[in-house]
Amino acid sequence: MAMNEVQIMATGANAVPAAAQGEGAASGRAGGAGSDILVELVDAGIRRNGRWLVRGVDLTVRRGEIVTLIGPNGSGKSTTVKMALGIWKPDEGTVRSKPSLRVGYVPQKVAVDWTLPLTVERLMTLTGKLPEQRIREAMAAAGIEHRAKAEVQTLSGGEFQRALLARALARNPELLVLDEPVQGVDFTGEIAIYQLIREIRDRTGCGVLLISHDLHVVMAQTDTVVCLNGHVCCRGAPAQVLESPEYVRLFGARAAETLAIYRHHHDHTHLADGRVQLADGTITDSCGHDHHHHHDHDHDHGHHHDHHGHDHMTAEDIRRAKGNA
Amino acid sequence: MLDDFFTRAIIAGVGIALAAGPLGCFVVWRRMAYFGDTMAHSALLGVAFAFLFQINLVAGVFVVAGLASLVLILLQRQEALSTDALLGILSHSTLAIGLVMVAFMTNVRFDLMGFLFGDILAVSATDIALIWGGGAVVLGVLAYLWRPLLAATVNPDIAEAEGLRPERARILFMLLMAAVIAIAMKIVGIMLITSLLIIPAATARRLSATPEMMAAVASVAGAVAVVGGLTASLRFDTPSGPSIVVAALALFLLSLVRLPWRAKRGAM
Repeated sequence: MAMNEVQIMATGANAVPAAAQGEGAASGRAGGAGSDILVELVDAGIRRNGRWLVRGVDLTVRRGEIVTLIGPNGSGKSTTVKMALGIWKPDEGTVRSKPSLRVGYVPQKVAVDWTLPLTVERLMTLTGKLPEQRIREAMAAAGIEHRAKAEVQTLSGGEFQRALLARALARNPELLVLDEPVQGVDFTGEIAIYQLIREIRDRTGCGVLLISHDLHVVMAQTDTVVCLNGHVCCRGAPAQVLESPEYVRLFGARAAETLAIYRHHHDHTHLADGRVQLADGTITDSCGHDHHHHHDHDHDHGHHHDHHGHDHMTAEDIRRAKGNA
Repeated sequence: MLDDFFTRAIIAGVGIALAAGPLGCFVVWRRMAYFGDTMAHSALLGVAFAFLFQINLVAGVFVVAGLASLVLILLQRQEALSTDALLGILSHSTLAIGLVMVAFMTNVRFDLMGFLFGDILAVSATDIALIWGGGAVVLGVLAYLWRPLLAATVNPDIAEAEGLRPERARILFMLLMAAVIAIAMKIVGIMLITSLLIIPAATARRLSATPEMMAAVASVAGAVAVVGGLTASLRFDTPSGPSIVVAALALFLLSLVRLPWRAKRGAM
């Protein structure tokens, strides 16, 4: 029911023609062909107890595209995802998805009562039968194979998160939806999981809708970032979003710096194409480097020098990221 | 064989236990013990209505218990009161209204104790047919619902997102509960029905590695409790319904004993 075409007529607001949404910033892969669209929200909103949790959301996830929702607590990220999945019906606007779309979903919170004897293995086939081979592969990919026989209540937070991810992957989904998939996962694991998500996208061509707070890590793995705060503040490729004043207002200059620094890091790996020592130098090195490539970074550059207190932090960030790359 | 009242009691009780086991597992997993209690209490209201409108007792209880669960679902959606408080209100008010209505019906002979605590030794061959027929239908529907219901128990959002229609499964599950309460009322009585749902399931928990296994073990544990309880009740001349519950409790306590071969399962 939920995944068949759901169409709710707009209850007042302007109905925008499909497909024409402003996802121009999405990667070329998205193509723009209507048939590539897995799920589409047009001017969608949810109202609870007389208050709009989120409103006017336009969002499209296409085959092979990774879309990340970011935003402060209570900004409507999970609500938006639940609309996209058909769990909550929009109170205005439309939500449409590809008929009989195969979804793999990792919600933000899952609590399994301890009275339910549920092993990791059994969790894999919770919503449908799957070939044994694929279950093994998914558990191995998510790094939870060694706990296959364990009851889920005995797993640590990070392990349980991996088990949930494995379950979603094993379904071989057309649309993978992950609501903060790395909570409780250690930093090394976090990067590995985001890389895994990207690899799976590359291999299977599935679409990915992601909620994340790990801005600096997730940016590299994302095609389109949508910044929410009760409505869509800004959207686009990661580089565009972090330039936008709305973004800086929402997350503060500190976050913008973190991202800028992260991007430097990313630029380096990209340039070096795999066999380079990542700017093992200082901040000035990486800033200079960046400056060299993108003129528009002068602004960020300036920030570093203005706030010396931040320099230390960002240097720290780089070192951490490097250590785990 | 069916001529013997004791044999009839055993056959009827085992039939109830087999159906109640798997259903009771969901009651435990979904933390619906108090909910089950509420539905059972509303059964007395069903009895009163059945007498009032001269309809079949089992049908009356099924309809009222089913309605009570639907009312609760609707009230829950209002989110005005906690489920806990709602259950408390619904549970005791349905029981009280039932008792008040019965008090007005001076023209009917009404064995209140029988309804509250069961009268398994007065089971007829028709009752047995109803129990086994109804129980088979309940188990059949539950088997059909198994995957969506289990998925919804773990996480309703996952079930909904992945196309399993958890809300439909939940409503059908409520109706199954109402059905079991309706057919079990005569055996263990309104006050003790929930125990037949919950205690065997709790007993099965420590003996089971998968949800499916737990459902099967709960059925067996319930059946053993029925046979043991009825035998004891015959031997010691104790009331049959409570004796079954005591036997179920004894099995549960037995399951808590840590056997050497289970020791390595650890903190379960």
